[in-house]
Amino acid sequence: MTMQQIYLAIPLLPLLAAIIVGLFCKQLPRAAAHVLTILGVGASFALSVYVLNDAMTSAPYNATVYSWLKSGNFTFEIGFLIDRLSAMMMVVVTFVSLMVHIYTIGYMHEDKGYARFFSYISLFTFSMLMLVMSNNFMQLFFGWEAVGLVSYLLIGFWYTRPTAIYANLKAFLVNRVGDFGFLLGIGLVLFHFGSLDYAAVFSVAPQMADVQINLIGNVQWSLMTVTCILLFIGAMGKSAQVPLHVWLPDSMEGPTPISALIHAATMVTAGIFMVARMSPLFELSSTALSFVMIIGSITALFMGFLGIIQNDIKRIVAYSTLSQLGYMTVALGASAYSVAIFHLMTHAFFKALLFLGAGSVIMGMHHDQDIRNMGNLKKYMPVTWITSLIGSLALIGTPFFSGFYSKDSIIEAAKASTITGSGFAYFAVLAGVFVTAFYSFRLYFLVFHGAEKWRVVKHDAHHDDEHDAHKDHDHHHGLAPTDDPHEPGWVIKLPLILLAIPSLAIGYFAIEPMLYGSFFKGIIFVDSAAHPAMHELTHEWHEVMHNAAGMALHSLMSLPLLLAASGVAVAWFFYMKRPDIPAAIQIKFSTINKILENKYGFDGFNERVFAAGSVFIGNKLWQIGDVKIIDGAMVNGTANLIGKLSGVVRKLQTGLIYHYAFAMIIGVFLMLTFFNKV
Amino acid sequence: MLNYFSSDYFFSHILSYSIWVPVLAGIAVLFTSNDNKPDTTRWVALIGGLAAFLVTIPLYTHFNFADGGFQFQEGFNWIPAFHINYHLGADGIAIPLIMLTSFTTVIVIISAWQVIEKRVAQYMASFLIMSGLMIGVFSALDAILYYVFWEAMLIPMFLVIGIWGGPNRVYATIKFFLYTLLGSLLMLVAFIYLYMNTNSFEIVDFYNYQMPLNVQILIFLAFFAAFAVKIPMWPVHTWLPDAHVEAPTGGSVVLAAIALKLGGYSFLRFAMPIAPDAAHYLSGFMITLSLIAIVYIALVALVQKDMKKLIAYSSISHMGFVTLGFFIFNNLGLEGAIVQMVSHGFISAAMFLCVGVLYDRVHSREIKSYGGVANTMPTFAAFAVLFAMANSGLPGTSGFVGEFMVILGAIQENFWYAFLASFTLIFGAAYTLWMVKRVFYGEIANAKVAALKDLCQREFLILAILAVMVLALGIYPQPLTDMTNATVTQLLSHLMQSKLPVGLPSGL
Repeated sequence: MTMQQIYLAIPLLPLLAAIIVGLFCKQLPRAAAHVLTILGVGASFALSVYVLNDAMTSAPYNATVYSWLKSGNFTFEIGFLIDRLSAMMMVVVTFVSLMVHIYTIGYMHEDKGYARFFSYISLFTFSMLMLVMSNNFMQLFFGWEAVGLVSYLLIGFWYTRPTAIYANLKAFLVNRVGDFGFLLGIGLVLFHFGSLDYAAVFSVAPQMADVQINLIGNVQWSLMTVTCILLFIGAMGKSAQVPLHVWLPDSMEGPTPISALIHAATMVTAGIFMVARMSPLFELSSTALSFVMIIGSITALFMGFLGIIQNDIKRIVAYSTLSQLGYMTVALGASAYSVAIFHLMTHAFFKALLFLGAGSVIMGMHHDQDIRNMGNLKKYMPVTWITSLIGSLALIGTPFFSGFYSKDSIIEAAKASTITGSGFAYFAVLAGVFVTAFYSFRLYFLVFHGAEKWRVVKHDAHHDDEHDAHKDHDHHHGLAPTDDPHEPGWVIKLPLILLAIPSLAIGYFAIEPMLYGSFFKGIIFVDSAAHPAMHELTHEWHEVMHNAAGMALHSLMSLPLLLAASGVAVAWFFYMKRPDIPAAIQIKFSTINKILENKYGFDGFNERVFAAGSVFIGNKLWQIGDVKIIDGAMVNGTANLIGKLSGVVRKLQTGLIYHYAFAMIIGVFLMLTFFNKV
Repeated sequence: MLNYFSSDYFFSHILSYSIWVPVLAGIAVLFTSNDNKPDTTRWVALIGGLAAFLVTIPLYTHFNFADGGFQFQEGFNWIPAFHINYHLGADGIAIPLIMLTSFTTVIVIISAWQVIEKRVAQYMASFLIMSGLMIGVFSALDAILYYVFWEAMLIPMFLVIGIWGGPNRVYATIKFFLYTLLGSLLMLVAFIYLYMNTNSFEIVDFYNYQMPLNVQILIFLAFFAAFAVKIPMWPVHTWLPDAHVEAPTGGSVVLAAIALKLGGYSFLRFAMPIAPDAAHYLSGFMITLSLIAIVYIALVALVQKDMKKLIAYSSISHMGFVTLGFFIFNNLGLEGAIVQMVSHGFISAAMFLCVGVLYDRVHSREIKSYGGVANTMPTFAAFAVLFAMANSGLPGTSGFVGEFMVILGAIQENFWYAFLASFTLIFGAAYTLWMVKRVFYGEIANAKVAALKDLCQREFLILAILAVMVLALGIYPQPLTDMTNATVTQLLSHLMQSKLPVGLPSGL
């Protein structure tokens, strides 16, 4: 096999499996669904590892697969750019996808849409691979929208549930708002750079730094600022940044495996990946970077707050994802693209782990998702317990865990950044550390420790995951007080364990090459003079930290660790020691609680202003514009006018001889008068 | 003596065959008229339709991709006294539309198989004859010949809606007829004016005739009256939703897939190249109308309660991209507009067929009569979601290609054109997917939905064919643009040359 064939096989194998399973699910045995798709994505993973290994030593591969369309001077192509950035993304995507495929065998085994689900997640893997392997903006947009499509299909997987089909429509439309900006950004790139090919665009980018364009009147706008902000609006939709974040919490209506794969590990990080890929463009506009950084810090901090008051296990993890995506965005804003990608990678492992752990808990609790009904699960589900603990420790940034290395680097980058908004960003990511530790360990203590609360509570099964898929299994509404939860089988446990390993260890091994080594050399571009953060980090690494162990030891006396530890301590105190305190706080600060429960009012605003507004305007345009004015006054009005005129003319034709005779005589007189004058 | 069946004769008269095979097939079908034995009629119609499709295939296989001019030309003097010729020819813009026409006719014949039980022969014959007449419109190079085809195709369409249509069909047909007729008459006036000055009805002679700007504007507006109604552009669009609602499924399919394109094609064939200075002069006006269509009509589509009306409004909004693409005068825009026309032919046909599938079972087009259809018709739901996504312009489907090209073309002209046009990303998805949500998702809404049976083989076949076309054009549109490329480049260079008479003041 040549390398080109391998590159082609990596996305096409999952696609082929998805097509076969999707089209012939009725003809094939049930097991064929997971066997075929796992073979496809497994082979794809193995080849991706091979490609990453190859990319460590060889030069980037950049070539066209086929020419999609030619028009005038423009050629649009489908092609691959395989460098260490895309190779690393391919490994992450296929690995998490493989884990999720295996996990799904257990999680969905009773579902009647079993084959459909496997077909969708394999299709997703294909789309995501096309996105990261692209060598041009158009294919990026292809993958971008295709992952959005699969996300739509999977959020609405249980299509009889009103909440699910509301959530998937919402997710698609909010993403389309982002794509609106993204497409305009791509349009400006094509217009001003004359190409959509990354290599061509990036090579002329430096000459475009000072180009000004007119948008409104004679006001001059920097082309790079406008383009980068438009592109970033696309990232805001896909990577759920405020205010386009509203779809992600609702996306939890989908089955848990896809929450792990799509809405935590891979698809939502597409925006982060895109900005890192576009670093040669974003580096040319400090304004755009400031915009990126401020949006990211708002997301990092304020979405974290919302995690504190949620009681649905998946929603807590979802808000945590939002907050972590905010961290990555802050890193992008600080021009620490490699740090953002590094956090993207570690987050993919530990957040997929946390979601799959949550899924395991949900199964153990018989599809009850309310953490207030759980407790002491460590006794019944040891593997889930240990792996979830590892995931949580990684998330809050415990030294030596993978999340520590990436998150601490982001905080350092925000601190070192000098652009507008970096002060706020530093505060936000620092405060976020406490918040993250608090909500993570609130969840952890309530679920795995304390009293076995399902033994006493009466369930109201609001968010049971498979409610309608199992209408005939009413006992799925949570665990009966007399039952013990059980740990699911090895298809669930194996992915948890395999994800726990990188969650624990990958940061330690990867930080030096990825951040301070030559891993991203020639791929990510940073203008150190204008944006010195990364330069300072490197300096500190060589002077102070020396290596990964040194960084961990060095952090023991640092502020972030202190904040994380106090977050854990407060969570322990509130939820293990004095459970009356949180309740009292809720009452005391009811206004704040209400704001948080309304999620800052974004949903209400969008529904009332954008959704209802569009329908209102649409109705007015239809009823007044089309029906009344165009049809009523103009079209039918013309018909009526002709009718009336003919009515008048008809009156002249009376059929009475003396009327006609009279008219003739008058006519003769008029004619005589007229012609005599001439 | 000529051998009409020799291959030489065939290859030099492909366009005549493309026009007259379906017309003759239609007449043949009429002779089988017997509602007691409808199957004979159906098979004759299908064989005729397939034959008519097959004879258009050489237009692609024998096409010279490097030549932007008219190919497959043929003709003779028809009425020498008035210099009227039977002159046919087709370029890279016309041929995709001709093939789309013959393709759609086959789809319509299959779709009507068990659905139409009354006057089967007349129904099938109407579509076959209409197909030939529309191909005539796309291939006529003589203005009067064109005009005859243009008006003649209204008659079968009028009959289809008037006989097999819904309860309010009389209002709809009269509205449709008067709207279109009014515009057509002004176009005839323009033809006669041009004839008086050039002493020819040859379109190519019109292209070379120079006119001062004020005359060009009048000529352009006369054409505009005919073509804007047909596409239709805002604000002369209100006949279309009414016509669609009353038309039987096949009528809607042909109306949306082909009839609207007659207007788009004619802008490129007549209005713009005959009066290029006026086209430039009025481009701001045309772009404004197009953008209104894209945004305004999309919002109107959002609130429709009738599925056919919703798709009809969606068609108008999508046609806004066609006219927008025309009047930004660049390759991307023009070719994007043509791709959009072809793509819309597949997607709108599929969407109307999907409504037909539901209507045949439940006899309602109201969105609120449905809910949870995916439970009882999973295969159908999969198709419907695919076509809905195509209608929302998802990359990988044909719906994306044209919109993408037009938006990228528009941004080169003016950022705000692209900005407004891009609202389709949001609104197009909103009205289509909201309908999908209400019709297909959710719990089974009522007993009628619970009793639904999934697609029969015939329905599966036509939707599968359309799905393949929608995906093929989305994944690999280059064969289509290869076909249009030379013609569009040639047309653009023609449009860039002023046709104002030399030495005369150019102002009004």
